[in-house]
Amino acid sequence: MARANVLLVDDEAPFVEALTRRLSKRELDITPAHDGAQALEKLGQSRLFEVVILDVKMPGMDGIETLRQIKTDHPLVEVIMLTGHATVESAIEGMKLGAFDYLMKPCDIDELVAKVEQAAARKHVQEEKITLARIKEIAARRD
Amino acid sequence: MMATKSYKSHKRYWTLLIVAVSMVPLLLISGVILYEFRHSDREKVTAHLEELVGKHKQTIDSFLNVKLGEIRVLARTFDYDELSDESFLRERLSVMQQEESPVMVDLGVVNSQGTQVAYAGPFRLARVDYSDADWFQQAMDQEYFISDVFRGLRGLPHFIVAVRSVRGEQPWILRATIDFAAFNKLVEDIRVGRTGSAFILNRDGSLQTEARHDLDLENGPYMDLLRDEENRGEEIYVLKGSDPSGIRNIYVAAYLNKVDWMLVYQQHAAEAFSSFRNALNLTLVIFSVACLASVAAAFLLARKMVSCLAESDEQKQIMNQQIVETGKLAAIGELAAGIAHEINNPVATMVEEAGWMEDLLEDEEFQDTKQLEEFQRSLKQIRNQGGRCKQITHKLLSFARKTDARIQEVSLYELIDEMVALSAQRAKYSNVEIVTTLQRALPTLHASVSEMQQVFLNLINNAIDAMEKKGGKIHISIKTENQSLVIRVADTGPGIPGANLERVFDPFFTTKPVGKGTGLGLSICYGIIAKMGGKIDVRSAIDVGTTFRIELPLPEKEAVAQTPIEAQMLEEA
Repeated sequence: MARANVLLVDDEAPFVEALTRRLSKRELDITPAHDGAQALEKLGQSRLFEVVILDVKMPGMDGIETLRQIKTDHPLVEVIMLTGHATVESAIEGMKLGAFDYLMKPCDIDELVAKVEQAAARKHVQEEKITLARIKEIAARRD
Repeated sequence: MMATKSYKSHKRYWTLLIVAVSMVPLLLISGVILYEFRHSDREKVTAHLEELVGKHKQTIDSFLNVKLGEIRVLARTFDYDELSDESFLRERLSVMQQEESPVMVDLGVVNSQGTQVAYAGPFRLARVDYSDADWFQQAMDQEYFISDVFRGLRGLPHFIVAVRSVRGEQPWILRATIDFAAFNKLVEDIRVGRTGSAFILNRDGSLQTEARHDLDLENGPYMDLLRDEENRGEEIYVLKGSDPSGIRNIYVAAYLNKVDWMLVYQQHAAEAFSSFRNALNLTLVIFSVACLASVAAAFLLARKMVSCLAESDEQKQIMNQQIVETGKLAAIGELAAGIAHEINNPVATMVEEAGWMEDLLEDEEFQDTKQLEEFQRSLKQIRNQGGRCKQITHKLLSFARKTDARIQEVSLYELIDEMVALSAQRAKYSNVEIVTTLQRALPTLHASVSEMQQVFLNLINNAIDAMEKKGGKIHISIKTENQSLVIRVADTGPGIPGANLERVFDPFFTTKPVGKGTGLGLSICYGIIAKMGGKIDVRSAIDVGTTFRIELPLPEKEAVAQTPIEAQMLEEA
């Protein structure tokens, strides 16, 4: 069982490959995607994704737009933004839109793994809360 | 250079224009006034001279009339026999001479044969025969007669007044001699100025009085008048002519009534019309002074104008250059950002690949490899160098960010919120509380967001630094005052000593330990505020605190209403 189920979105194929190998070796279940549309498609296909690692600067649908869409369609999925320095503003913007955190490229692998785990944990907590709430609700309904 | 040439032609054009505009009316006005003045002056002078000559003509006429009358009375009162008595005649002469100055020199009675039968006077002229004398023949034809001036038998210039009487069938003549000197005095009195004088001419143009030697009598324009027999009226003639020496003269002439003589007054035209000449000279002086002044003023004005023009052109050029420079810098910034970004991705991939190899090396199968350590060192080096690349690209990107001086609408509420939030963590560690008092409905600011951020962050950071040890309070207030925006950032720190207070905005002035501050923060703030047309100043009291006050001008009617949401946010703050 992998530590987390991750969707990695970046337009740079070699970077995605390298990072996929490294993260897989650290027992993360990585699914690569090369643009925003692909990412949304994959998220739609599977409910297993817990964390999305999202590059801010991408051709076509950019990171911010993708993030907005992810948060609309899958509010519980946590998003970690990857950014160059020039796009710090968009990273902040991303945080405002509900991203879990942001990291600057190239990033330290261990830091990234730690962030992914925290994000996954948070997702679990949120899900538990929701489950609990639903249980309460159902229990209350029974009264 | 083209520019210099065009400035020169500008200068010439303006100089000429100003001179023309100022001189043409002056020229016209003075010309018209001078013309009118000359006309009226001529009339006045001529009228004056006519009057002068007329009066003297009357005087001379009446003089001759009186003398003639006296002789006539004598001839009517006494008969030929009485007057032929020389002692009686002498008595009569002495009576006449007593009455006034001895104008009458002598008296004589001449019979029809031309023999002077009786004579009273200083000369020995008794029994002289006048039958061949011109005057005798003419006197016999007329009731009375006044002769031209002649020397006669006595050899002195004189003229004769004769009255014809009749005894029985025989005419006889009573004659008197008028002293030339006394008569001359009448005319000599007419002297005006330096060149104005009068003389009397007979019909032939010969002089009947003394005249100044320099007069050229024969060529005067009055000679035409003398030749004209018809005209013998009361009229006074005004004539003009030139001397042989070229001097222009004015002549005023009139005929005498009792005798066929002409009184002529002559004066240099220059002197006669001297008042006009003076006015003309004065006008010319004033005109030339005005001319010089206007040319000088025009020249200076044009030069000033052109130099202003040149200066503004130069400034424009400098500004254009600055705009180009700024644009170039922005372009470089963009280029740098682009390059940094493009390089960042491959570098990131390289670092990841190196990391992947490190990961693989950790597998057991590689643990015994001889060169394991060498591999690890090499990969670490790749990662380190990748890190360096990252630093370089990030620096490049941050440089590109600094050139972001785009002016946009800045909401002060958002700006302050953001800045306070940014500083909140540091403030908490230093036990500093940040309070904001923002006026409602603050207008938005035309400014560069990053520059305004820089200003506020610098001021807040300085305040936190100052209160790092003891803690305190930062009070940020913004309000509008008389079309300007007043921003105050006040702290309750230890204050700035007077000596340092003057220098806080100086570049590289810092009281922070070496390596802690560059001394550029406040001078950058100063530069930003000055660029926006505002001002920044500081007041400080030791142990009470320091207040930085920024005043930014607001464009007129820029009272932008705030949305209700923002106002609500305010209240929450």
